[in-house]
Order: sequence, then structure tokens, then C-alpha cells
Amino acid sequence: MTEEKDKQFGEVLESLKDVPGPVMMAMQKAQEIYGYLPIEVQLRIADYFGVPLATVYGIATFYSQFRLEQPGQIKIAVCLGTACYVKGSGGVIEKFGRMLGVEPGHTTPDGRFTLEATRCIGCCGLAPVLTVNGEVYGKVTEDSVDEIMAKYNNA
Amino acid sequence: MKNINLTVNGVPVTVPEGTRILDAAIKAGFKVPTLCYMKDLCNESSCRVCVVEIKGNRKLMTACSTVVSEGMEVLTNTPKVRASRKITLELMLSNHHKECLSCVRSGNCELQTLANEYGCDAEKYEGAMNSYDVDDATEYLVRDNNKCILCRRCVAACNKVQTVGVIDAGNRGFATRIASPFEKDLGGVPCVACGQCINVCPTGALREKDSIKAVEKLLADPEKTVIVGTAPSVRAALGEEFGYPIGTDTEGRMVAALKAIGFDKVFDVDMAADMTIMEEGTEFISRLNDKNAVLPMITSCSAGWVRFIEFNYPELLPHLSTCKSPQQMFGAIMKTYYAKKIGVAPENIAVVTVMPCIAKKFEKLRDDECAAGAGIPDIDESITTRELARMIKNYGINFNALDPKTEFDNPIGKGSTAGLIFGATGGVMEAALRTVAETVTGETLENIDFKATRGTKGIKEATITLAGKQINICVASGLANARKIMDDIKAGKSKYHFIEIMACPGGCVNGGGQPIVSSEKRNLVDVAKTRAGVLYKKDKKDALRKSHDNPVVNTLYGDYFEKPNSHVAHKTLHTSYVKRNRY
Ligand code: SF4
Ligand code: SF4
Ligand code: SF4
Ligand code: FES
Ligand code: FES
Repeated sequence: MTEEKDKQFGEVLESLKDVPGPVMMAMQKAQEIYGYLPIEVQLRIADYFGVPLATVYGIATFYSQFRLEQPGQIKIAVCLGTACYVKGSGGVIEKFGRMLGVEPGHTTPDGRFTLEATRCIGCCGLAPVLTVNGEVYGKVTEDSVDEIMAKYNNA
Repeated sequence: MKNINLTVNGVPVTVPEGTRILDAAIKAGFKVPTLCYMKDLCNESSCRVCVVEIKGNRKLMTACSTVVSEGMEVLTNTPKVRASRKITLELMLSNHHKECLSCVRSGNCELQTLANEYGCDAEKYEGAMNSYDVDDATEYLVRDNNKCILCRRCVAACNKVQTVGVIDAGNRGFATRIASPFEKDLGGVPCVACGQCINVCPTGALREKDSIKAVEKLLADPEKTVIVGTAPSVRAALGEEFGYPIGTDTEGRMVAALKAIGFDKVFDVDMAADMTIMEEGTEFISRLNDKNAVLPMITSCSAGWVRFIEFNYPELLPHLSTCKSPQQMFGAIMKTYYAKKIGVAPENIAVVTVMPCIAKKFEKLRDDECAAGAGIPDIDESITTRELARMIKNYGINFNALDPKTEFDNPIGKGSTAGLIFGATGGVMEAALRTVAETVTGETLENIDFKATRGTKGIKEATITLAGKQINICVASGLANARKIMDDIKAGKSKYHFIEIMACPGGCVNGGGQPIVSSEKRNLVDVAKTRAGVLYKKDKKDALRKSHDNPVVNTLYGDYFEKPNSHVAHKTLHTSYVKRNRY
């Protein structure tokens, strides 16, 4: 499985050989293939294009789109777009963080939950909005955090 | 090239097209502060402390990145400019752990100096302050991001000059900080301990790991005979810490200061450099005469370079000379030959070195560097030139009042000036050629100046004739240059027989443990070249200019080491290397 991904990614690298500014593109492709950017993959990108690993890692931490850990089975993505934010999504994501014991962008040690902050997902009418594995929850409050957690913890 | 006429604060100047406003201002007699810019290194235009006014332009412009144009009227010190710089500095200070009273860089910190010159109120803006753990995981380098102003000079030194690339800026906004991949500490990444990042940092965010306390403990131990040795390039820079201009030779005062501190013996590591030449020269000749030997042979004196090859080109390790570095040979000689001579058990001898380098703090901990037996390291402690200066100040020694003619202790203290020029890029090669040429031909050379190896160019090469054989030599300093040489060897394209590599650009005179020179001074002085001048000047007029003519060397072989590359020499003065994983 990984071998197959490694091979596929090798082809991607090959195809980016003569493209200007290939590092970002390689990182995006890598995330599509692996779901996140483990150190081995970042090192491969760094060595392939002759840039320091520290620089690749710097880019990975600069843009929130990149994930450094394997995503959990259940992905909770809270919208922090303007409409949602004014209606209190900040408090919602904080509460998830407290309950799961992880910062946004990270996965719980048992590999079950990943908490993420997203930009506007185009459902501003339902603000504040979050998704759990793609399923949309609208008009959420800090109280609904308990309900959602209860639902998935029992699942 | 076309010339451009402009005025700076009303003073007319003419400069070549493409000149930065900064350099035009210097020419006109004005100073423009720079915190991120450093000549030939870093030009991120991120700090905005160098802003100036340009007539007809409403926006302030950065002098470090804006180039001059015809008729430009630059104003570097208007109220608007000074106010802007002051606010910039005060904002930096608002997120800075201000520990000036105890900070190693106090008095020599570019941020502190400017805050003072611009009359900043350090507490003007109150707000959130970052708080980072100090990274002191390694034996040689301490990173304290709480004092980092994100100028990125260290990033340029590590990534561009050295192509080591273990640090870069990450995260964004207020959370931006310099870090290593995956938040590893510097012990978990292939940092080579060159210390070049320290030398360019404007603040106290980077410094060497302190070894002064450990040295004081040795000095206080009545059981120990404490011997100190100084590397060639220390004497060429130490004076800067006491107000002497760059390029002042302070050998005598340095020796006097070490005696005043209380070391039992003060010796010159140049003597061990001479031994390195004997061993390395002989190794080279035998490789040259052996069809199956690995060539090119590469020098192994630079501890940062050795770490670099171990991490990045482990398959090429057989190219490395097996000779220990002069520091390690020095310690090995002290704890074997000299211990026997003075009748003291090696356990009761402590060897301290003063080095222009922080990698030496790592090197002394390597495996296979215990000539006198397991558990008896060749070197006990190694301090930098900067640390020695701190000790001299702390001991209340008036450096200026010391006798400049003080000499190293005898009988084995003295080195030749072949050993002395080890401190500059090309020096090891020149010293080796002096000895190798005379050994191979059996004749005394008329001219022993090998000028092709001199100068601060990153890669130098020459072809010399030795007993009818053409020998291609190469000298590289700075690891970006070393990488080019290594890539050629790897690709089978290298035409060299003998290569000298130093991790630091310009060699040890510009080592990571040397006095720190501000960006302001670097605009005016070529630091490596000026310090190297001290060594070559001394070499020019000295009577003892060849390692194999040094009576100390002859005594050492006569009394103990038999001949170069003998069994006992191998056991004591040579070492081995390991493959290291990068991540
Ligand atoms: S880095 Fe400079 S300003 Fe900061 S505490 Fe040290 S001396 Fe003071
Ligand atoms: S010591 Fe050298 S290799 Fe290590 S971080 Fe600093 S510049 Fe990079
Ligand atoms: S550690 Fe020093 S050189 Fe590096 S970015 Fe911070 S202030 Fe600049
Ligand atoms: S801002 Fe949250 S969906 Fe648009
Ligand atoms: S922006 Fe010019 S020195 Fe920093």
C-alpha cells in the first residue's frame, strides 16, 4: 500500500522536475496521496528539489492546508470564516480542543479524532457551521459540542 | 559601468549603478541601521529599521534593498525617519525577553545598541509575549527564540552559505519562529555545529554552550595539572573583544592572560598542527604511491566539515585523512608523551583548548579520541575565543596592560608558522606542500610561498609538480563549496589528488567561536581576510616556517613517536569516522 503510494509519488516528482516553483505543488500532491505530510515524504521532496528540509517544513507549518499528522478516523472541521466566527465558532472549536485535548490541526493520540479549522465552506446561512466526516452541522453552539461528541463516542 | 549622482542629506555622492541606498549613505558619511540585512548574506527586507525618506516619495523606503537612481535626494535622519525606526524597535522589544543585564550579547547586541541610540521605551507597547523553551540539547549551541527578532540571518547562513539547512522560519503571524523540522531540537537534526549562525545573529538568541564553569572547576582541582592550548586563529581575533581593531595580533597578551588565569602550562596548538602536517603529509605520499589507495585525500582538521561528510556523504568517508585534528592531537600528545615526561598520570592531566570554533566542543566527545586509554579523553574542555574574553574580563585582568612579548611555555610549546597559517583557508594545504615537497624531493625549496592557496575565495585550485608528478590540489571553505567538490567526487568527475576543506568560509579565522562583528562593521571590513593577514604577516618574517624543521616535532618523533605513520603514531594521532543518519 505505502509502496504503491511511494511509486505514485515518484511519478509526481518526475512530472514536476522542470516546473518552476515545484515544492508547493509537490507538497499538495503528496498530501492528496498520503493524506498528510510525514517526515519521510517531506525529506524526499527536499532532497529531490535540493531545498532544505527545514524550508519544506517551514512551508508546511505556514499554510494551514498542510497536515503533519496522519488524519484520525473522525475529522471534525469547524469553520472559522467570518460569518461563522462572528456567530461564535471560535468558542466551539475551543471547546472541542478542550474535550479532545488537542490543538486545531492535530489528531488525538489514539488516532480517532482530528480537529481542524477551515475557511468559509459556503454555508454561511447556517453559521456557525462544522462538518464531521463531511456531514454538515449548522447553527451549532457550545452545547451542541457535547451532543456531537456523545454521538461519535458511542458510535 | 554607469555612475549615478545623488545626494544623501544634501551631501552629493557618485556611486555605480545598482548600488543600494545603504552603501551610498555610508559613502556620504551617514550610518543607516540594519537588523535583517547583512552584507553578502541576508537581504530579506523584513525588519524595516533601515527606512529612509526619498524626496518626492510619500512612503518610506528600505535602504538595504532600494537601489539609487539619478538625481535621487535621500534623507536618512528626518524626524519622520527617526520616529518610524523608533516605533519599529519598540514593537520588536514588546515581544522580546529583555534580559540585557545577564545576556551574553549585552554590549555587543545590535538590537540593544539601536534601542539605546533611538531612545526607545522598552515597555511602550504591552501585549502578548511569546514564550519558547530554550533549546540547549546539544553540547555546543543554544537557541533562545525568546530573543529572536526573526531577521533570518541564521537561516541564510545555515541554508545558503553552508547548505546544511536545519533551520527555517515556520508558522505565521505572531506565532512565526525559527525552528528545525518537526520541532526537533538541534541534537535531532544534521546540524554540523559550525556556529556560523551565531556569528551573524544580531541578538543573544544564538550562543555557544558555556564551558567556562567546567574549566574553572578543573582549575580549582588541586589534583590536576591543567594545560591550555590555543588554536592558530585565536590570537588574530581575541583583541577585538578588548577594543583592538580587526586584524590585530595579540599572541603575547593572550598567553599572558592565560597564565594570569592560572593554567599550569600554556602551549601553542600550532605545534600539534605541525604534527598534523607530518602525519597527513606522510599519509598523502603513501596514498599517492599506492595504486589501490583512495584519492583524492581530504583533510580532516575541521570538526564541522567532518560532521558534514558523515551526515551527507558517508560513502565517501574513505577519502578523509585518518589524522586527528590538531586539537585532538594536542590532547593526545599531552596525555601520552608529555604525561610520561613530567611523570604525571594522564588521569591527573586536564587539557583545555581555546578554539575559534564551537564544533570542537562536539569533537572532543567523539569516539576514538582517547589516546591514553578508555575514559581518558584527549581533551577535557574546549572554550571559544569569545569565552576566553569573558573569562579575562571576569577575572579582572587588564588585557591592555599585559606584556605583549609573553611567550608560550617550553619545552614543547612552540609551533612553526606552517602550523600558524592553519587558521586561514588554504593554510593547511600550503603547510602540507612545504613539507611534502621537501620530503619527496629531498631538497630544500627555494620558494615556500604557495600563493595559489591563499585568499578568501571559496574554491581555489592549482597544479604543482612533485618529483616529476603533476599533483592537482584544491582548497575549499564554506560547506556550500565543499558540497560542490563532494558532488564531483561522487559523480567520478574530480580531477584532484589532495583537497583541503574547512567548514567556515575563509577558514578558522572566521570560525563560529570568534568575536562577533556587527553588520555595520561588516559593511566596511572583510573580516576573514583581515584576520588572516595577521597569520600571513607573521609567517612572512618568521625563521621557522616549515613543520618538519620544528625542533619540537623532531623531539616528539625522536623520543616517542618514532616516525610519521608509525604504529604508535597511528594509535595516538589517528582516528576513525562513522556514518550518521540525517533524520
Ligand atoms: S538579545 Fe540584546 S536586547 Fe535582548 S536581552 Fe540580549 S542584549 Fe538585551
Ligand atoms: S551551527 Fe551551522 S549547521 Fe548548525 S544550525 Fe548553525 S549554521 Fe546550521
Ligand atoms: S536567531 Fe538570531 S539570526 Fe536567527 S532569525 Fe533570530 S535574531 Fe535573526
Ligand atoms: S463563514 Fe462559515 S460557512 Fe461561510
Ligand atoms: S529591512 Fe533593511 S535592514 Fe531590515
